[in-house]
Amino acid sequence: MRIKTRRNTPVWLIAVLPLLSIGVAFIIGAFFILWAGESPIRAYLALIKGSLGSTFAITESLSRATPLIFTGLAAAVAFRAKFWNIGAEGQLYCGAMAATLIGTGMIDLPAPIMIPMLFIAGAIAGCLILLVPVVLKTHMKVDEVVTTLLLNFVILLFVNMLLEGPWKDPMAMGWPQAARIIDNGVLPTIVAKSRLHLGIIVALLMSILMWAILRFTVWGYEIRAVGHNQQASTFYGISINKSVLMVALFSGGLAGMAGVSEVAGLKGYLTLTLSPGFGYTGIAVAMLAQLHPIGVIISAIFLAAIYVGADAMSRTIDIPNYIADILVAISLLSVLVGAMLTRYRIVWGK
Amino acid sequence: MKKLQFSEICKSFGSVVANDNISLSLGEGEILSLLGENGAGKTTLMNILFGHYVSDNGFIEVGGQKLTPGSTKASLDAGIGMVHQHFTLADNLTVLENIILGTEPLTRLWSQKKQAYKKLQELSKRFGLVINPDARVADLTVGEKQRVEIIKALYRDASILILDEPTAVLTPQESEQLFKVLKEMVKAGLSIMFISHKLNEILEISDRIIVLRHGKVVGEVATKNASKESLAEMMVGRKVTRPAYKKLKKGKAVVELNDVCLKANEGSTSLNNIHLKIHEKEIIGLAGVAGNGQAGLASILQGLASPSSGDFRLFGESLNKYNPTFLTKSGVARIPEDRSKEGVIGEMEIWENFLGEELRTKSKSGFFIDKKQAVSNAEKLIQEYDIRCEGPFASTRLLSGGNIQKLILARSLSNNPRFIIANKPARGLDEGAISFVQQQIVNAKSKGAGVLLISEDLDEIFELSDRIAVIFGGRIQGPFDSNKVNKNQVGLMMSGEMKSDSIYEN
Repeated sequence: MRIKTRRNTPVWLIAVLPLLSIGVAFIIGAFFILWAGESPIRAYLALIKGSLGSTFAITESLSRATPLIFTGLAAAVAFRAKFWNIGAEGQLYCGAMAATLIGTGMIDLPAPIMIPMLFIAGAIAGCLILLVPVVLKTHMKVDEVVTTLLLNFVILLFVNMLLEGPWKDPMAMGWPQAARIIDNGVLPTIVAKSRLHLGIIVALLMSILMWAILRFTVWGYEIRAVGHNQQASTFYGISINKSVLMVALFSGGLAGMAGVSEVAGLKGYLTLTLSPGFGYTGIAVAMLAQLHPIGVIISAIFLAAIYVGADAMSRTIDIPNYIADILVAISLLSVLVGAMLTRYRIVWGK
Repeated sequence: MKKLQFSEICKSFGSVVANDNISLSLGEGEILSLLGENGAGKTTLMNILFGHYVSDNGFIEVGGQKLTPGSTKASLDAGIGMVHQHFTLADNLTVLENIILGTEPLTRLWSQKKQAYKKLQELSKRFGLVINPDARVADLTVGEKQRVEIIKALYRDASILILDEPTAVLTPQESEQLFKVLKEMVKAGLSIMFISHKLNEILEISDRIIVLRHGKVVGEVATKNASKESLAEMMVGRKVTRPAYKKLKKGKAVVELNDVCLKANEGSTSLNNIHLKIHEKEIIGLAGVAGNGQAGLASILQGLASPSSGDFRLFGESLNKYNPTFLTKSGVARIPEDRSKEGVIGEMEIWENFLGEELRTKSKSGFFIDKKQAVSNAEKLIQEYDIRCEGPFASTRLLSGGNIQKLILARSLSNNPRFIIANKPARGLDEGAISFVQQQIVNAKSKGAGVLLISEDLDEIFELSDRIAVIFGGRIQGPFDSNKVNKNQVGLMMSGEMKSDSIYEN
């Protein structure tokens, strides 16, 4: 068995490989379900029913996918330029704080103005906090993996402080949560009797916007160039620092918007349980999508469906919903192996 | 008696046949030259000899004994020593430590430095390889490092020595010195295989020459019956034409460097008080051993670094901003040293790489990429410069070195530049590509461009240049009219031994 470089990659392969990889993931996952003492077929049926089996299930999956599209995009854009932003979780909370700051009564404008303002404020907050690691990287060569990751904890503790102190809502019967977003700031639901809100539309628009920027603009060209080869980019006259800054602004902004979408759309108020690690899952979303902004939509919905479905599955049959994490992890691994097959092919025999 | 025998060696990588039924032998006390272009299969053959690859077919015998394929240790034990083109020394250790590295069992508590020291001195006396065993390798010159590599092989009792492009990094005088040592060694009964593509050297040093082309042995001659022309033709497979030199009346100055200094970064040489004036319609060749400040000078002229002091005038105007975009816009064509890492982005498509420098230099620097225009431009240049590829949408990483260089030339020369900074433009290319690249530079000169040609190949410099400057230790001597200096003088200046009394010419 040998591995050979492909001269070119057939298009059908790029389309089929992710599906194949996910199929492999489910087959491997079946062994874990067997180990847990259940029939994989029953479990998977419950999973599919719980994530796609009814209008409610579908809207639940989509509303879970909404923040993942934002954080997935945040990771995809940054990783394209090899800027390793692991801090989407913290940037998400910064966006949520910004939305809470201006959305709980500081200003009150009609919804068509108020909602865009919240998103803009959240995006700015996400950008600003990411500026710290960016400046440390461009000026002092500090590794952004460390700084963005550690900032997450700083931000979470800061949110905690706000919620236990100045921002604590006296009407919340002692729970550490902030005041509700005012009615004009709340994102309207787009399917009746569901939690699916305007945020998903914004998320989809952002995906298309990022795709267009990367593909059709000089900015996108430079981001891709820097991601592939910094030395040649410098030779071409592209400023690495400028590109990193630009990418960071996009990335932080998108992650901040995820926070706005959750606070003003799903939850209605800021708490410490706003995000069960959407920022980190966003990395998996981006990797599954092979950093393609449109692919992010699909992989976010896929991962959200697995999580939502696994919750339903654990309610109906006696399997812990941690199986979702296993499935996601195996999918990720098999997609990465699959991605290798788009560049290389395996030849059997001599 | 045959010391080393290759029999019917075949090796292919996918559809590429690197070695096609190669049989050759090396006798005792013989210097055999292996001549061939890049990709002719020399390196593959040596990798098979050293057990890095296993051949698909055929076998190797050393002193009549079959060599275990795929084992580096077996090759070393059989007495084969190799001096690589890129040295494999630990910079932070001394000469002695480098030489005994790997020869002593791990279980020994004290290394036997004393014996090693004695053996080393014997060797160096016997073959005239002068070296201080206690010097740190980092402090040695390139020539000395190579000496260490040779001693390292001899220390391990090598009786067959393989030298891969040994003179690529040496000055002519250092090469002479090396040849003397090699001749001493064959007198003592060693056998030497000398791999090179420099015809002059091969004619000087070897007893017998074997020519490889496209993985096959295409010729074998005794050196006394060979000529430069016949070897070149055998190596390339057809008559080689190099661009003819033509002196033109030089025009206005395009680049003037006055007292330019550059502080060294990590691992580079600083530049000291550089004076250099390059005119329209002339090629200045900059000779020098690698690592003497060429990289720093090139990075200033390419807009990648700004001088720490001094004045850089471009087309008569003093520069105060140094960036690639500004230079390209003003009419500077830049040919980078490392064409595949710096010159193109392999992961991008060919049309995108044509766009590289251009994007920011257009007067209307738009927000959107005009793909249609870019692709048609790429198609035009692919034809004009005969870039062998599957079209503008092919991935650039699939191009050969020669075609990547054509891409870079097409990109930078099609805008009729007034100044060209070409950093080792022909290095590592095959003969066809070399003559193409050189012809393009000569054409650009006759269209009015001034050229600074940085090269380690003195033949190239003497063939193309109107004037020749030499860089050593971050200082420049010259330039001198190319018919007023000879290779020997240039070589001495390259090693810093000769200080020119000539005044800087204008």
